[in-house]
Amino acid sequence: MNILQNDTITAIATANGEGAISVIRVSGTDSFTIVDSIFAGKSKTTESKTHTIHYGNILDKVGAVVDDVLVSVFRAPNSYTGEDSVEISSHGNNLIVKRILELLLEKGARSAEPGEFTKRAFLNGRLDLSQAEAVLDLIKSRTESALRGARNQLDGLLSQKITGLRDTLVAAASLIELELDFSEEDYEFISKEDVLNKIDGVLSEIAFLLDSYRFGKLLRDGINLAIIGEPNVGKSSLLNYILKEARAIVSDVPGTTRDIIREEISIDGVLFKIYDTAGIRQSADLVEKEGVKRSLETVQNSDIILWLTDVNNEYSDSIKNELEKYTNTNKIIKVVNKIDLENKKNIKGDVYISSKTGSGIEELFDSMKKHTVGEGVYTEKSTIISNVRHYDSLKKTVEFLHAAKDSINNNMSGEFIAVDLRNAIDAMSEIIGVVTSDDILNNIFSKFCIGK
Amino acid sequence: MRYFDVIVVGGGHAGIEAVYAADKMGCSVAVVTMDKNGFGRMSCNPAIGGSAKGHLVHEIDALGGAMGVLADLTGIQFRILNRSKGPAVWAGRCQSERELYSKAASEFVAGLPRTTIIEDSVVEVFEENAQIVGVRTLKGEEIKCKSVIVCSGTFLNGLMHTGFTKTQGGRYGEEPSLGLTESLVKMGFEAGRLKTGTPARLNKETIDYSVLEEQPGDENPEPFSLKTNKLKFPFLPQVSCHMTYTDLDVHKELEKGFDRSPLFTGVINGVGPRYCPSIEDKIVRFSDKPRHQLFLEPESLNTNIIYINGFSSSLPADIQYNALHKIKGLEHVEMLRPGYAVEYDYFPPYQIDLTLETKKIKGLYFAGQVNGTSGYEEAAAQGLIAGVNAALKIQNKAEFVLKRSEAYIGVLVDDLVGKSTDEPYRMFTSRAEHRLLLRQDNSDRRLMEYGYSFGLVDEDIYKEFKIREVLITKSKDLLNKVKIQPAKYNSIVEENNKIEFSETIGKLVKRPDANLNTLLSLVEENTNKTLTELKENQTVVEQVEIELKYEGYIKRQQEIIERFEKLENVQIPVNLDYKKLNAISTEGREKLNKVKPRSIGQASRISGVTPSDISALLIYLKN
Repeated sequence: MNILQNDTITAIATANGEGAISVIRVSGTDSFTIVDSIFAGKSKTTESKTHTIHYGNILDKVGAVVDDVLVSVFRAPNSYTGEDSVEISSHGNNLIVKRILELLLEKGARSAEPGEFTKRAFLNGRLDLSQAEAVLDLIKSRTESALRGARNQLDGLLSQKITGLRDTLVAAASLIELELDFSEEDYEFISKEDVLNKIDGVLSEIAFLLDSYRFGKLLRDGINLAIIGEPNVGKSSLLNYILKEARAIVSDVPGTTRDIIREEISIDGVLFKIYDTAGIRQSADLVEKEGVKRSLETVQNSDIILWLTDVNNEYSDSIKNELEKYTNTNKIIKVVNKIDLENKKNIKGDVYISSKTGSGIEELFDSMKKHTVGEGVYTEKSTIISNVRHYDSLKKTVEFLHAAKDSINNNMSGEFIAVDLRNAIDAMSEIIGVVTSDDILNNIFSKFCIGK
Repeated sequence: MRYFDVIVVGGGHAGIEAVYAADKMGCSVAVVTMDKNGFGRMSCNPAIGGSAKGHLVHEIDALGGAMGVLADLTGIQFRILNRSKGPAVWAGRCQSERELYSKAASEFVAGLPRTTIIEDSVVEVFEENAQIVGVRTLKGEEIKCKSVIVCSGTFLNGLMHTGFTKTQGGRYGEEPSLGLTESLVKMGFEAGRLKTGTPARLNKETIDYSVLEEQPGDENPEPFSLKTNKLKFPFLPQVSCHMTYTDLDVHKELEKGFDRSPLFTGVINGVGPRYCPSIEDKIVRFSDKPRHQLFLEPESLNTNIIYINGFSSSLPADIQYNALHKIKGLEHVEMLRPGYAVEYDYFPPYQIDLTLETKKIKGLYFAGQVNGTSGYEEAAAQGLIAGVNAALKIQNKAEFVLKRSEAYIGVLVDDLVGKSTDEPYRMFTSRAEHRLLLRQDNSDRRLMEYGYSFGLVDEDIYKEFKIREVLITKSKDLLNKVKIQPAKYNSIVEENNKIEFSETIGKLVKRPDANLNTLLSLVEENTNKTLTELKENQTVVEQVEIELKYEGYIKRQQEIIERFEKLENVQIPVNLDYKKLNAISTEGREKLNKVKPRSIGQASRISGVTPSDISALLIYLKN
């Protein structure tokens, strides 16, 4: 029975765009013959040893040189995917890369689906499920912090954490089972308070992890930040200043609508997606009304809102009321601009800046970071949840633990409490991928002297 | 040459059920045993039931098996364990009159119409084209058959140890069974070695009971079997057990013999059960525990033999004797015979299928300790399943496999086949995911239809069961309608539990400490026929009360079962070659190849198979 997919796939392994080199990956049974059919070098890949690099030319149908390249040969099972693979390093030019890919496809390779190399690595036993998930996160992560989060998962920080919590629950469940299956034994049984304390301890740790999900997701996907304010308070100049000051501009995506500009920047490794909205003000003008509506939609989808005014304009109550309909007020940072002006009113804001002189920008960045990561509870070094599967499992765990607590508080007998404790343990096990069935009994046998 | 449909090897607790089931289902049966008066002997403690084991006895009974009836006939003390807890963990346990139990069992088997008892020992089995065809006995007889059920207990190459003294045999004073293991190994089976043990037996007349704590049976003993006439029960005089403890002096005395312990000096190779350690093992592994509890259990009404539960040992006899004398109440005790450890062959049960038929040889079944289990009840349950399946197969009928969500027997067999075992396996309630549903009280509702369809349950018992079923359904409907007025209800409850408006019995019974009988007494007599019938049938009252009271939990457990069954229903082709599935861990592949699970559910319970392996397996099955 041939259950392995082993057709040959290919894709660009490096990012699109201009760079010094680009790498095209080919993986599957026919990798070597396909590459040899377009590659002219001293030696054929078919005859090369694994983990060797060869110089040569890629030739098109009529024998013209497309590019001079280096090909790396990886033989199964010692490749990333576990299959025969070749990596072609060409010059970093979109046209060249496109031509090489086209040639490979003509010779029988298939365009790889997103994540297919990793899927093959998983199916061939090169990665386990959680590692494969982490690899996909790594690939998707666009900033250093996200990278570290994914790396941590690969390294097992999360596993360690969950294993510890699960052990606590196994211990609690063991005490309950001990009382049920070994009631004849000479043991003084655990008090309800002890079990409750154990459950509460685990619950509060899980609450921390669940909270971190928002942060972890932000790290991975980036933080949506909207700049709003009435016209002419300096929104665009603030954006320009931020772009200039930020350590790195990630990309410049053209405005998604006529009125809203999106930029991506990284501040201390945290990705911010900045939306510069059209001005918000009460208006009768239909066109402007449409713009305001779109701005408010942006507000609704944002994690942080910079509400900008200048030293001569009071924050408007009507806009405030409007904003409150669309977002949680603690997502809003009130930024007062133009502090370089001489005439100024005493306006109460969170941060005071001048996008002309740059004063206050550091404070603004700090404030933005603080709003993202809370009061410094999480850092990219903490164990955080960024994977929705893990989040769901923990959510389920919490539900089961609350049900178990209800049973305890209602004076139910141990077997009722055990149902939910066991479910909670199973839900946690899903995250770390361990087998559960005999853990409780094994724990009892190792800790208690059982048996007449 | 004699021919039988089924040959059962061994007359222990598994053998009795296997013989009975095959016989009653119409097969001609031969049972080969060393002593025709020795059926159902209790090698170790003289008791039936206990946590989870009581459940097994009730399930055997609901399927029509013999153990419950035999236990009821010969019990000298009955208790329900865990009475203070919920109904799912209530478990019946009885002290048995060891001699009478064996006598009753031997008479029972002798009375079976299609069964021949052969006093001999099977030393070899024969197969043709991977189908069993016959056996050869120690006396040299060759017997033909369609199936063989091996229920050899601890007798296969049985070796007993007391100190460095070794005696061949499967039980005190009895010969071992030699040759059969080798015959099976020659066929390609893998054999392993397990160990179990038993404590010393004491002379009742030399125990000072005046200083010991008494443990009597229940005031109103309850039988195991639905067949037992409650009006005549219990049939024998009832007796008490007694409790005492070891202390540090006792432990010190035992330690003196450690240099002559077969367990600590590597003489014993077999793996013993962690839940039933010997006393020397306990004091070594749990050295912080200053004392260990001991129970003195009478073995018989007619002899003076006392079983000392908790003091299993293979230390030299002189050490056991000296240590016993340090125990409170036993200062002058006469040790009738010392405890011993026994090593025996078993066949790791990944080699059998869920019907208990071996995967390798058709028509060959293993049941009981030969599969690595321990306990009379576990053995009996397997004997019954093997007997039923052997008969079904001979009659070309569909196999009988119980699900984990249906019965402890289902859990037992699934655990054995899927996880195999390398220590003697004992049932615990915590092994059952669906514990709340697998209660003693509803064993008949879970299983009697099966037993009846095989012809194992008699017509009158089945009829009573059907009447109860109808009454349960009608009563539940009714109680969810019948309301009780506040005036009446409030007169029987505490101040803070009073109600303002009338409420149905169905709701009121869910309140903590509510009792259905009390609530029923508040309803006018003769208002309703169902109500009158219900009040007269306490079995049904109990069932209805449990179902109403724990409705929420039961419903949730049922939902879990539905999720669970989804995985159980994803079939895996038996011929799947796991060696090619590189996404599965090496250990996972080895285990899967060994067990060849039938479903994803079964695969997921195999130890060493991770969720990641299961994901990979699912992806492969989809492709």
